[in-house]
Amino acid sequence: MNYRSSVITSVILFLFAVIGTGLVAVTYTSTSDRIAANERERLLRKLHVLVPPARHDNDLFADTLTVRDEILLGTPGPVTVYRARRANRPVALVMAAVAPDGYSGSIRLLVGINYDGTLAGVRVVTHRETPGLGDAIEEERSDWIYGFDGKSLENPPTGRWEVRKDGGDFDQLTGATITPRAIVGAVRRSLLYYREHREALFSISSPAESQQQAP
Amino acid sequence: MNEPGYQHILKEGLWNNNPGLVQLLGLCPLLAVTNSVVNGLGLGLATTLTLITTNVIVSGIRNLVRPEVRIPVYVLVIASVVTIIELAMNAWFHDLYKILGIFIPLIVTNCAIIGRAESFASKQTVDRAFIDGLAMGVGFTLVLVTLGGMRELIGQGTLFAQAHLMFGEPGRALAMTLIDDYRGFLLAILPPGAFIGLGLLIALMNVINARREERELARDLDVARPSQA
Repeated sequence: MNYRSSVITSVILFLFAVIGTGLVAVTYTSTSDRIAANERERLLRKLHVLVPPARHDNDLFADTLTVRDEILLGTPGPVTVYRARRANRPVALVMAAVAPDGYSGSIRLLVGINYDGTLAGVRVVTHRETPGLGDAIEEERSDWIYGFDGKSLENPPTGRWEVRKDGGDFDQLTGATITPRAIVGAVRRSLLYYREHREALFSISSPAESQQQAP
Repeated sequence: MNEPGYQHILKEGLWNNNPGLVQLLGLCPLLAVTNSVVNGLGLGLATTLTLITTNVIVSGIRNLVRPEVRIPVYVLVIASVVTIIELAMNAWFHDLYKILGIFIPLIVTNCAIIGRAESFASKQTVDRAFIDGLAMGVGFTLVLVTLGGMRELIGQGTLFAQAHLMFGEPGRALAMTLIDDYRGFLLAILPPGAFIGLGLLIALMNVINARREERELARDLDVARPSQA
């Protein structure tokens, strides 16, 4: 291959790289708004499952707070708290807590807690648990996650906030104990955090950057 | 250069040279995803779309690309196409994307795609490359769905569970529980089930092929030696 032809060859390769990258870039820019809107809508839908629109009259996305508590909330990073109010009275809040000890890494949760400390519900946002076993924590795949509805630190009492295998009141999943154990622990710790900080969680006003997209 | 007819190309992709059962390409996604019919179907359709697109593009640029750099160019084409499909799905079919999300990037690792680009599309006209992509994709999808069905049925006693995630609410009616109070057979859903299931499928295909050959042989003999009745 002579000099001339190798230059042509590299130019061809270069052009393909430019065109390929260009097309991906164009697609990315033209879809990114839509994707962000999709994510937002999906998150809002999840929040509304825990705190139905009828129960609050504020903008869940605007009335947020970020808090940090590595031990109780499961992540060293900031955790977003979405607050629901009706006529300026606190109704409930949803915390984006994390269960750090899943079978394959962290499990991100939404924990909805009513003002009185009972659980409005729990949902799994992302996880990498074993398909067919651990993924029964997804609401689409089994009813397991509904088992938290209405529970609180008094019901069941603190010592029984475990899966049955560990002497508690919560079912484990067939073939998967680590996953439910991680979630039960994370929900219990979220409730503990809520009990300690309830008034502050509702009274601190939203920081200016609270409009930012939640994780 | 030989120019196979459409029918021949279809037969190759669907049976004789099936990417899943004969070429044994794309085992990584094939084994990972086939724990249910719906998962298999989803990945199969996405792979088919990718195969058709990349085959057409590779065939379209076949006179432009120098042989020395053809592999990097194919890799570029495939990676771009998959990324664009992923972004487009995320934007317009968000719910489906959420389910297949992790499988879409996996398509890049499917060597069936670069295999078809190199061994077929780069040497054939665009229309043939299109048919080849379609046939190989559908062939691959059929294997994914069959294996997914076997594993889902044996593993949890259902078929088409979670179909509504893909087809919307009407899909809910598709979901069937074939065995009530089934305790589940974990092995089928876990990775070993995929290997065993694929092995059984390949064995079944060999049996069918052997039978067919036997019959053809018998027919040939009949022709050579007319019946004495």
